[in-house]
Amino acid sequence: MRFAVLATAAALALLLAPAPALAQDCPKTTLGDIEDEVMCPICGTPLGLASEAPQAQQQRAFIEDQIADCRSKEEIKTALVAQFGEGVLALPGDESGEDDVGDVLVYAIPAAAILLALGGIAFAVLRWRRGDRTGRRSGEPAVAGSDTARLDADIERYDL
Amino acid sequence: MRRLLAPVPVAVIGVVVALVALLAYGLASNEPDRGIEKALQQGEREEAPELILPRLSGDGEGSLDDYRGQVVVLNFWASWCEPCRDESPLLQRWHERLEKRDATVLGVDAFDEIGRARAFVDKYGLTYPMLRDGAGDTRERFGILGFPETFVIDREGRIAAFARGPVGEEFMRERVVPLLREQA
Repeated sequence: MRFAVLATAAALALLLAPAPALAQDCPKTTLGDIEDEVMCPICGTPLGLASEAPQAQQQRAFIEDQIADCRSKEEIKTALVAQFGEGVLALPGDESGEDDVGDVLVYAIPAAAILLALGGIAFAVLRWRRGDRTGRRSGEPAVAGSDTARLDADIERYDL
Repeated sequence: MRRLLAPVPVAVIGVVVALVALLAYGLASNEPDRGIEKALQQGEREEAPELILPRLSGDGEGSLDDYRGQVVVLNFWASWCEPCRDESPLLQRWHERLEKRDATVLGVDAFDEIGRARAFVDKYGLTYPMLRDGAGDTRERFGILGFPETFVIDREGRIAAFARGPVGEEFMRERVVPLLREQA
């Protein structure tokens, strides 16, 4: 009898074991994690920056519902695209092909800025090294001529 | 003068000019088309832009052309838009009057979540046809700045009036009713 009770308890424990594990898996993401990666289309800003806009509030409520349904970040993004179109993703470029120049600039400007900064650093380093060399060279004649002769005499006098 | 032509000042000036040009481009490309507004100010009626969208009910597609020959009160709205809630009962009342006179209200739900939009339609008992523009693709074409906005289309498919913000009885009587007497 005692064995049967123990066996039943063990079986129940095994059956119930996956439940907390599932609970730990859900939620799979957070509102804050998604907010930075999606746009509030009507505000024209990332959702995280559109705090008071009514559409942003609706989008947040939608995301929270999806999180409560244990959807992953990617699943929620797909659901957002189904509701609000590709423009909801905080990525340059869209299916319409409109504003192509803007899409290219989004990638080109940071690259150009990095190249410009590297060029500036290289230019500054070159100037600094050239200045240093010139300074050293210009320093040489300062101790030449009569000063050199006096310096030699001093060294001899003090037996240095 | 020679200092100004040195490589560093030239590069700095170039970067500043490029940034200003980029800013100007960004502002210009985000500015909605105000052609409709300008045409109406000059007393002209411009052809309404093409509008083909899925129906909010999910039952196929609908277009503005489906209503050619009718006066159409084209209303852009969203369920999250508070003034749209105040305006909807008036639009429903007017739709009931207009449909007897070969005219209709046509709703376009934009930038909205479909479930909430359908709940909005049920809540306010809106029986006029509804299209859905979830991504807001029509916004630029119609030069929409906010919600709600309403365009009155005459029987020839031209924009005869428009209102930014909610419409009232006065707008409907002054801008819509006269069009009902016009022939296609």
